[in-house]
Amino acid sequence: MALTIASREVNGVTVLDLSGRITLGEGSVQLRDAIRGLISKGQKNILLNMADVNYIDSSGLGELVSAFTTAKNQQAEVKLLKLTKKVHDLLQLTKLYTVFDIKDDEADAIASFK
Amino acid sequence: MSKAKAGRLSLKLKSTMESVDEIEAAAEKLAVESGLDENERFHVAMAAREAAVNAVLHGNEYDPAKLVFASFENTGAALVMTIADQGKGLNPDSVPDPLAPENLLRGSGRGIFLIRSFMDEVHFRQLHPGTELTLVKQLAPAGKNS
Repeated sequence: MALTIASREVNGVTVLDLSGRITLGEGSVQLRDAIRGLISKGQKNILLNMADVNYIDSSGLGELVSAFTTAKNQQAEVKLLKLTKKVHDLLQLTKLYTVFDIKDDEADAIASFK
Repeated sequence: MSKAKAGRLSLKLKSTMESVDEIEAAAEKLAVESGLDENERFHVAMAAREAAVNAVLHGNEYDPAKLVFASFENTGAALVMTIADQGKGLNPDSVPDPLAPENLLRGSGRGIFLIRSFMDEVHFRQLHPGTELTLVKQLAPAGKNS
Protein backbone atom coordinates (compact mmCIF):
# COMPACT_ATOMS: atom_id res chain seq x y z
CA MET A 1 0.00 0.00 0.00
CA ALA A 2 1.52 3.34 -1.09
CA LEU A 3 1.70 6.28 1.29
CA THR A 4 -1.21 8.72 1.40
CA ILE A 5 -0.94 12.07 3.15
CA ALA A 6 -3.86 14.20 4.32
CA SER A 7 -3.23 17.62 5.79
CA ARG A 8 -5.27 19.61 8.33
CA GLU A 9 -4.70 22.56 10.61
CA VAL A 10 -5.39 22.47 14.34
CA ASN A 11 -4.58 25.50 16.51
CA GLY A 12 -1.67 26.60 14.35
CA VAL A 13 -0.28 23.08 13.96
CA THR A 14 -0.27 21.28 10.62
CA VAL A 15 -1.23 17.68 11.18
CA LEU A 16 -0.19 15.30 8.42
CA ASP A 17 -2.28 12.14 8.61
CA LEU A 18 -0.07 9.47 7.08
CA SER A 19 -1.40 6.12 5.90
CA GLY A 20 0.46 3.19 4.40
CA ARG A 21 4.16 2.50 4.02
CA ILE A 22 7.07 4.90 4.28
CA THR A 23 9.69 3.16 2.14
CA LEU A 24 12.41 3.96 -0.36
CA GLY A 25 10.86 5.46 -3.45
CA GLU A 26 7.47 7.06 -3.72
CA GLY A 27 6.53 7.02 -0.03
CA SER A 28 9.67 8.60 1.32
CA VAL A 29 9.74 11.20 -1.47
CA GLN A 30 6.12 12.16 -0.79
CA LEU A 31 6.85 12.66 2.88
CA ARG A 32 9.97 14.67 2.17
CA ASP A 33 8.15 16.93 -0.29
CA ALA A 34 5.21 17.45 2.05
CA ILE A 35 7.35 18.50 5.01
CA ARG A 36 9.74 20.65 3.03
CA GLY A 37 6.80 22.31 1.34
CA LEU A 38 5.29 23.22 4.69
CA ILE A 39 8.56 24.55 6.07
CA SER A 40 9.21 26.61 2.93
CA LYS A 41 5.80 28.25 3.45
CA GLY A 42 6.77 29.19 6.97
CA GLN A 43 4.91 26.50 8.90
CA LYS A 44 6.82 25.96 12.16
CA ASN A 45 4.67 23.30 13.83
CA ILE A 46 4.24 19.94 12.10
CA LEU A 47 2.72 16.84 13.64
CA LEU A 48 3.03 13.53 11.82
CA ASN A 49 0.10 11.27 12.69
CA MET A 50 1.60 7.80 12.30
CA ALA A 51 -1.43 5.81 13.52
CA ASP A 52 -1.96 4.27 10.08
CA VAL A 53 1.67 3.79 9.11
CA ASN A 54 2.04 0.04 9.15
CA TYR A 55 5.55 -0.19 7.74
CA ILE A 56 8.71 1.91 7.54
CA ASP A 57 12.05 0.81 6.17
CA SER A 58 15.49 2.24 6.81
CA SER A 59 14.96 4.82 4.07
CA GLY A 60 11.73 5.88 5.70
CA LEU A 61 13.53 6.23 9.01
CA GLY A 62 16.10 8.34 7.22
CA GLU A 63 13.36 10.60 5.88
CA LEU A 64 11.95 11.09 9.37
CA VAL A 65 15.40 12.05 10.59
CA SER A 66 15.91 14.39 7.64
CA ALA A 67 12.55 16.00 8.35
CA PHE A 68 13.57 16.52 11.96
CA THR A 69 16.91 18.12 11.09
CA THR A 70 15.49 20.22 8.25
CA ALA A 71 12.81 21.55 10.57
CA LYS A 72 15.27 22.22 13.36
CA ASN A 73 17.54 24.14 11.01
CA GLN A 74 14.57 26.33 10.07
CA GLN A 75 13.46 26.85 13.67
CA ALA A 76 10.50 24.56 13.06
CA GLU A 77 9.40 21.43 14.92
CA VAL A 78 8.34 18.01 13.68
CA LYS A 79 6.75 15.68 16.22
CA LEU A 80 5.35 12.17 15.92
CA LEU A 81 1.93 10.97 17.04
CA LYS A 82 0.56 7.47 17.73
CA LEU A 83 3.29 5.13 16.57
CA THR A 84 2.22 1.62 15.70
CA LYS A 85 4.05 -1.11 17.57
CA LYS A 86 6.26 -2.01 14.61
CA VAL A 87 7.33 1.59 14.04
CA HIS A 88 7.76 2.14 17.77
CA ASP A 89 10.02 -0.91 18.02
CA LEU A 90 12.09 0.22 15.02
CA LEU A 91 12.61 3.66 16.51
CA GLN A 92 13.68 2.10 19.78
CA LEU A 93 16.02 -0.36 18.06
CA THR A 94 17.72 2.43 16.11
CA LYS A 95 17.78 4.76 19.14
CA LEU A 96 15.73 7.28 17.20
CA TYR A 97 13.16 7.13 19.97
CA THR A 98 15.45 9.46 21.90
CA VAL A 99 15.57 11.95 19.03
CA PHE A 100 11.91 12.61 18.40
CA ASP A 101 9.19 14.07 20.59
CA ILE A 102 6.59 11.28 20.42
CA LYS A 103 3.03 11.65 21.64
CA ASP A 104 0.14 9.22 22.09
CA ASP A 105 -2.64 11.79 22.31
CA GLU A 106 -3.36 14.38 19.63
CA ALA A 107 -4.62 17.08 21.98
CA ASP A 108 -1.53 16.75 24.14
CA ALA A 109 0.64 16.82 21.02
CA ILE A 110 -0.98 20.01 19.71
CA ALA A 111 -0.62 21.70 23.08
CA SER A 112 3.05 20.79 23.31
CA PHE A 113 4.12 22.98 20.41
CA LYS A 114 5.56 26.30 21.56
CA MET B 1 6.92 -24.88 14.92
CA SER B 2 8.86 -25.22 11.67
CA LYS B 3 7.21 -26.53 8.57
CA ALA B 4 8.61 -29.28 6.36
CA LYS B 5 11.59 -28.51 4.12
CA ALA B 6 10.52 -27.04 0.78
CA GLY B 7 12.25 -26.47 -2.54
CA ARG B 8 14.50 -23.51 -3.25
CA LEU B 9 13.18 -20.49 -5.07
CA SER B 10 15.70 -18.64 -7.22
CA LEU B 11 15.08 -15.26 -8.82
CA LYS B 12 17.03 -13.27 -11.38
CA LEU B 13 15.77 -9.71 -11.38
CA LYS B 14 16.38 -6.27 -12.81
CA SER B 15 17.76 -3.46 -10.67
CA THR B 16 14.41 -1.81 -9.95
CA MET B 17 12.18 -1.05 -7.00
CA GLU B 18 9.71 -3.58 -8.37
CA SER B 19 12.39 -6.22 -7.84
CA VAL B 20 12.79 -5.06 -4.25
CA ASP B 21 9.04 -5.58 -3.75
CA GLU B 22 9.26 -9.02 -5.35
CA ILE B 23 12.10 -10.07 -3.06
CA GLU B 24 10.24 -8.80 -0.01
CA ALA B 25 7.13 -10.72 -1.06
CA ALA B 26 9.11 -13.92 -1.62
CA ALA B 27 10.68 -13.60 1.82
CA GLU B 28 7.31 -12.98 3.43
CA LYS B 29 5.89 -16.07 1.71
CA LEU B 30 8.83 -18.16 2.87
CA ALA B 31 8.34 -16.92 6.42
CA VAL B 32 4.59 -17.56 6.40
CA GLU B 33 5.00 -21.09 5.06
CA SER B 34 7.63 -21.86 7.68
CA GLY B 35 5.24 -21.13 10.55
CA LEU B 36 7.04 -18.15 12.05
CA ASP B 37 4.96 -15.82 14.20
CA GLU B 38 3.92 -12.39 12.97
CA ASN B 39 6.83 -10.56 14.53
CA GLU B 40 9.41 -12.95 13.10
CA ARG B 41 7.76 -12.84 9.68
CA PHE B 42 8.01 -9.07 9.72
CA HIS B 43 11.69 -9.26 10.62
CA VAL B 44 12.49 -11.77 7.87
CA ALA B 45 10.64 -9.80 5.21
CA MET B 46 12.16 -6.52 6.30
CA ALA B 47 15.69 -7.94 6.36
CA ALA B 48 15.21 -9.24 2.83
CA ARG B 49 13.85 -5.90 1.70
CA GLU B 50 16.79 -4.02 3.19
CA ALA B 51 19.24 -6.40 1.49
CA ALA B 52 17.39 -5.97 -1.80
CA VAL B 53 17.49 -2.20 -1.53
CA ASN B 54 21.22 -2.39 -0.89
CA ALA B 55 21.65 -4.55 -3.97
CA VAL B 56 19.53 -2.39 -6.26
CA LEU B 57 20.42 1.06 -4.98
CA HIS B 58 23.95 0.84 -3.57
CA GLY B 59 25.29 -2.20 -5.39
CA ASN B 60 23.87 -1.98 -8.90
CA GLU B 61 22.92 1.73 -8.68
CA TYR B 62 19.75 1.02 -10.70
CA ASP B 63 21.96 0.07 -13.67
CA PRO B 64 19.67 -1.73 -16.16
CA ALA B 65 22.66 -3.77 -17.32
CA LYS B 66 23.12 -5.27 -13.86
CA LEU B 67 21.01 -7.94 -12.22
CA VAL B 68 20.01 -8.93 -8.71
CA PHE B 69 20.03 -12.62 -7.82
CA ALA B 70 17.97 -13.86 -4.90
CA SER B 71 17.25 -17.30 -3.47
CA PHE B 72 14.95 -18.48 -0.72
CA GLU B 73 15.04 -21.83 1.03
CA ASN B 74 13.64 -23.53 4.08
CA THR B 75 16.22 -26.15 5.05
CA GLY B 76 14.05 -27.46 7.85
CA ALA B 77 16.43 -26.04 10.43
CA ALA B 78 16.53 -22.52 9.07
CA LEU B 79 15.34 -20.06 6.47
CA VAL B 80 18.23 -19.19 4.20
CA MET B 81 18.01 -16.23 1.82
CA THR B 82 20.73 -14.95 -0.46
CA ILE B 83 20.66 -11.61 -2.27
CA ALA B 84 23.49 -10.75 -4.66
CA ASP B 85 24.29 -7.78 -6.87
CA GLN B 86 26.80 -7.10 -9.61
CA GLY B 87 28.14 -3.85 -8.26
CA LYS B 88 31.52 -2.68 -7.10
CA GLY B 89 31.38 -4.58 -3.83
CA LEU B 90 30.60 -3.66 -0.26
CA ASN B 91 32.85 -3.81 2.77
CA PRO B 92 30.40 -4.18 5.65
CA ASP B 93 33.06 -3.07 8.10
CA SER B 94 33.15 0.30 6.37
CA VAL B 95 29.54 1.09 7.20
CA PRO B 96 29.40 3.57 10.09
CA ASP B 97 27.63 2.48 13.26
CA PRO B 98 24.20 4.13 13.05
CA LEU B 99 23.83 3.99 16.82
CA ALA B 100 26.94 6.06 17.46
CA PRO B 101 25.93 9.50 18.73
CA GLU B 102 27.68 11.24 15.84
CA ASN B 103 25.71 9.15 13.33
CA LEU B 104 22.28 9.17 14.94
CA LEU B 105 21.01 12.04 12.79
CA ARG B 106 22.33 10.69 9.51
CA GLY B 107 19.70 10.33 6.82
CA SER B 108 20.88 6.87 5.79
CA GLY B 109 23.02 3.93 6.88
CA ARG B 110 20.66 1.82 8.97
CA GLY B 111 19.95 -0.99 6.51
CA ILE B 112 22.74 -3.39 7.43
CA PHE B 113 22.20 -2.72 11.11
CA LEU B 114 18.53 -3.72 10.75
CA ILE B 115 19.46 -6.85 8.78
CA ARG B 116 21.87 -7.91 11.52
CA SER B 117 19.31 -7.13 14.21
CA PHE B 118 16.59 -9.22 12.61
CA MET B 119 18.47 -12.27 11.36
CA ASP B 120 20.39 -14.92 13.33
CA GLU B 121 23.31 -14.99 10.88
CA VAL B 122 24.42 -12.54 8.19
CA HIS B 123 27.29 -13.37 5.86
CA PHE B 124 28.90 -11.19 3.22
CA ARG B 125 30.73 -12.69 0.26
CA GLN B 126 32.56 -10.65 -2.36
CA LEU B 127 31.81 -11.95 -5.84
CA HIS B 128 34.14 -9.72 -7.88
CA PRO B 129 32.12 -8.11 -9.15
CA GLY B 130 29.33 -7.74 -6.69
CA THR B 131 28.40 -8.73 -3.18
CA GLU B 132 26.27 -11.61 -1.93
CA LEU B 133 24.46 -11.45 1.39
CA THR B 134 23.30 -14.64 3.04
CA LEU B 135 20.62 -14.17 5.68
CA VAL B 136 19.78 -17.01 8.04
CA LYS B 137 16.84 -17.31 10.44
CA GLN B 138 16.90 -20.36 12.70
CA LEU B 139 13.64 -22.25 13.03
CA ALA B 140 12.41 -23.78 16.25
CA PRO B 141 12.53 -27.61 16.19
CA ALA B 142 9.22 -29.31 15.40
CA GLY B 143 7.11 -29.88 18.49
CA LYS B 144 8.45 -26.89 20.41
CA ASN B 145 6.65 -23.61 20.78
CA SER B 146 8.25 -20.84 18.67
